Amino acid sequence: MATLPFPEAAPLLAILVSIAAIPLIVLSGSKPNLREFWTFLAGFIKLGLVLSMAGYILAGNTYTYELCKVLPGLSLKLTVDGFGMLFALVASTLWIVTSMYSIGYMRGLDEHAQTRYYSFFALALSATIGVAFSGNLLTMYLFYELLSLSTYPLVTHHQDQEARTGGRKYLTYLLSTSIGLALPAMLVTYALAGTLDFNVHGIFPAETAKSTLVILLIMFLYGFAKAGIMPFHSWLPGAMVAPTPVSALLHAVAVVKVGVFSIGRILTGIFGIDLLSTASLNVIVCVIAGFTVIVSSLIALSQDNLKRRLAFSTVGQLSYIILGIGLASQLGVIGGMSHIAMHAFGKITLFFCAGAIFVATGKKYISEMKGIGRRMPFTMAAFFVGALSVIGLPPGGGLITKLQMASGAMQADLLFVLVIYLVSSLLNAAYFFPIVYNAFFCTEEEAMFDKKVAEAPMLCVLPPVITAAISVGLFFFPGLFVDFARLMVTGL
Amino acid sequence: MNEILTAIIAKYNYWSFLILLLIGLHAMISKNNLVKKVIGMSIFQSAIILFYVSIGYKKGATIPITEHGHGHANEVVHQTAAEMVAGFANPLPHVLMLTAIVVGVGTLGVALALVQKIHRVYGTIEEDEILEKIKE
Amino acid sequence: MIKEQLPILILAVPLLASFAITLFARKSKIAAFALLVGAMGMSFVFAIGVMRQILDTGRVIHYHIGNWQPPFGIELVIDHLNAMVLVLVSGAAFLTAIYSKNTVPAEVPYRFPGEEVPERVPNYYTLYALLVTGLLGIVATGDAFNMFVLLEISALSSYALLALGGGRAYFATFKYLIVGTIGACFYLLGVGYLYIKTGSLNMPDLKVILTSPALAESPTVMIAFMLIITGIWIKMAFFPLHGWLPNAYTYASTTTSCLVAPLMTKVSVYMMIRLMFSVFSAHYIFDRLGWQNGVVWLAAAAILFGSISALGQTNLKRMLCYIIVAEVGYMVGGVWLANADGLIGATYHILSDAMMTLCLFMAVGAVIYKTGDASLYAMRGIFRKMPVTSVVFVIGALAMIGIPPTCGFFSKWYLVSGAIEARHWGFAVALLISSLINAVIFFRIIEIGYFPLFDEQEGEGGHHAHDRAVIAEAPFSMLLPMVLTALSLIAIGLYSNEIITGLVGRTIPAGLL
Repeated sequence: MATLPFPEAAPLLAILVSIAAIPLIVLSGSKPNLREFWTFLAGFIKLGLVLSMAGYILAGNTYTYELCKVLPGLSLKLTVDGFGMLFALVASTLWIVTSMYSIGYMRGLDEHAQTRYYSFFALALSATIGVAFSGNLLTMYLFYELLSLSTYPLVTHHQDQEARTGGRKYLTYLLSTSIGLALPAMLVTYALAGTLDFNVHGIFPAETAKSTLVILLIMFLYGFAKAGIMPFHSWLPGAMVAPTPVSALLHAVAVVKVGVFSIGRILTGIFGIDLLSTASLNVIVCVIAGFTVIVSSLIALSQDNLKRRLAFSTVGQLSYIILGIGLASQLGVIGGMSHIAMHAFGKITLFFCAGAIFVATGKKYISEMKGIGRRMPFTMAAFFVGALSVIGLPPGGGLITKLQMASGAMQADLLFVLVIYLVSSLLNAAYFFPIVYNAFFCTEEEAMFDKKVAEAPMLCVLPPVITAAISVGLFFFPGLFVDFARLMVTGL
Repeated sequence: MNEILTAIIAKYNYWSFLILLLIGLHAMISKNNLVKKVIGMSIFQSAIILFYVSIGYKKGATIPITEHGHGHANEVVHQTAAEMVAGFANPLPHVLMLTAIVVGVGTLGVALALVQKIHRVYGTIEEDEILEKIKE
Repeated sequence: MIKEQLPILILAVPLLASFAITLFARKSKIAAFALLVGAMGMSFVFAIGVMRQILDTGRVIHYHIGNWQPPFGIELVIDHLNAMVLVLVSGAAFLTAIYSKNTVPAEVPYRFPGEEVPERVPNYYTLYALLVTGLLGIVATGDAFNMFVLLEISALSSYALLALGGGRAYFATFKYLIVGTIGACFYLLGVGYLYIKTGSLNMPDLKVILTSPALAESPTVMIAFMLIITGIWIKMAFFPLHGWLPNAYTYASTTTSCLVAPLMTKVSVYMMIRLMFSVFSAHYIFDRLGWQNGVVWLAAAAILFGSISALGQTNLKRMLCYIIVAEVGYMVGGVWLANADGLIGATYHILSDAMMTLCLFMAVGAVIYKTGDASLYAMRGIFRKMPVTSVVFVIGALAMIGIPPTCGFFSKWYLVSGAIEARHWGFAVALLISSLINAVIFFRIIEIGYFPLFDEQEGEGGHHAHDRAVIAEAPFSMLLPMVLTALSLIAIGLYSNEIITGLVGRTIPAGLL
């Protein structure tokens, strides 16, 4: 092999670096500044390692690193390709931003057990990158489960009755689906195909019966419940009891996107796009995901708790991405994959803003936020930009990918999907714009806040502004992520 | 009828062992008194020992000790091994049962020790009374 | 020279240690403990030596005791399968021996009020060494009758050990003794029938003789097989013959349950595999008798019954006991699936389940040792007070649920693959349901450990409230073996391919491939 521009074990190191930081974080638990330094150091090393591989991948290569063989014909192995790179980049960038935000939020509210919080945060990130770089379904399953478990202490951080209920729901949904559906589906797949390595052409032998494929597809779709496909979505609003940075990173980015990423991998790497469209399996995916898109958007309309509204919006957007990949047309796949990045930056902005409002004012409900734009102009401006991106209006990055997905629907000749896209975008607008409108344009007597500007701490406001700026940047330079996604369909 | 009777008589050792076995099993399972259970266990084990002993037995055979075994090797050369063996009872099952008897005695000892302890804890060795005391 | 004698040394060292403890260390706890740990350690090293020898040469070791040639002499036959089980048994016994340093002196001298008893700890260790000798002997022997004797040696010492728990343990052990004796006698009877038909007790010899077509037809041989297998099922607590197990293991002292619970049932499973394939044959059992479908359904029932019963328990140890009942179903089902994957899964599960059970019993034992309470609520707030113990417990729990990369995942993988291959969906579904139930069981406990909530709810009713404040981490002698066991769960998982291709897979009988 030609010389690599990065260390041979770079994918493994990128996973391990945040685990390696955990002992340091624990040991320096009594010195908060040193402790947070380790988090940042690990974050930057991780991002650096991921970036070091980016150029090589962009040149059209994939890189495989085998860890150990655990079953005949099946090993734990890491593969870096366009899709994985895209996701790893998003996750490692946002970890740094979120860590910054965490400091502001956690110290602003004087939360307990911060050392534990940062430790499990680091572990969760390792698992996320692990999913991104997984070379086969088994490795992915391993990291997927690790993520479920490592986020449990984060979700239940407050350790009160509400956290217990939320945490219980969280694990019940995630573990029961992954053990009850994904695991058997994986075993059957292995029995049929003799391998679980991802392959763009799919791994099922040609003679596999269609009924078997349909059953497996449905088991996989529901088995990775992190993707929040209805009816396995209700853990997500339940898990909103977590501190906001956790909700932001894990429930707008890491956890839910891992679910979507896993399903994306299975659709493109296990079934293969060709098989999906020739056997019309894509229609099944579109119906299941489309239903979720519409219903969750309708539910979001009626939520008064800001974080819950965002949660249901996330449920919808996740299925949006699955819908895109599930179209199994080239543009649909590109759009769907890169929408992971667009939505991540948009949605995390929104969550950051929700948290900033809570830190500054203690308000959780939308009905209590009339006129808040007068008090927190920067936060609400960032919120507006984030909302634009999620809805898919310029100058938000979401527009680009949504257009691609819509063209993908036409390419796949599935026009009902186009209708779903349109209706849901309208609904998105309907549940986001009133918030922004009431924040800025309300009458004097309606307003619940003084005109005086009193923002949350700097470290709470800066991150949403940064991510909002990136969202806008992605509108002008979508190539950053779209190019990676395009790698996945070239040669098909 | 006659045939069945002959069959039973021909294998009378098996039948008697079977009856003993069932008596023992019955006592172990259905007796209420723990010592009776232990007696049942002993009968059960003895039945198996009898079974083993009886399968090593041959009609008219003697104990397997070679006459003139030592120092008179020349005299027994004309007698083949098979002929020698035919005259002996099979010693192996009997030897095995020595070990089984030891095991049985060990079990009996532990069982009786346990019954004694149970009596000290509950003041009774009737199973139903013990169960009642446990429930309290 | 010593290399050739390794097989017998594995057995001789613990046996001699039990004598030495009685003779020389009757008065001193420390000397007895040192002798025991030393003997277990040596036995473990020898077992590894034997395993290496087998891995290097690839040949089965036949050791003739006293140089008497089989089939008349007694021989030890060690192949890949029992080399692994020998390492497992001696290793687990070694770890538990270290673990016992604090628990045995604290728990064993059970006495009735006002009763004066002499030092009992060395006696305990004598029995401990005897039990391990018996277990190792069962695994190493190549003689069907010897297996009975060794089975009873281990059973008798386990009765005594279990009864040392005191109180309710006496009655529970008595029941176990009665049932266990029935099981052992069934086995003995079965061996007797085989002897009538074959005139041999040596396993390799029996196998050759039993291949003759005339014997395959014989009802006597069938009855012999039935008696043997039923006897072993009673000994391993296979549903519905499991009734004795939960009580007997629950009321035992901590160390006893750590030693007995993981090993006794697993050694019985080993016995079943050994007798099924090294005395009888896959062809005879699966093709001629053809009971596999029924047995696998029974195993599925065992799994569901065990798991569901475990769900309803509020006593930590009793809950683990019911999980053992379910796990026995895993292994019996795997063997009787009658294909290579199932058997590999079952055999590998002997290893992984023994370590998982050991890990959980050790962690629970540490909590009981510190809190003096065996109910679920002993776990309250344990994550903060005993962090290392909690991590060990969580790793053990994850292995039980079957989360990769712990070993529990891989054994389940093979078992479910075997079930799919055999088209036995009932068994596959039972395995998955049991995983799910395990997840519920363990996360309920982890939740109790993690949330401080119950402290406040309990209020004045908390009879342990006064000493809960001082609960701290378990002593080092308990932590060390616990952590090693927990790490081994992950190591066994990551090296599953090596273990399976190198050891487990080498002993799959030809009829199943």
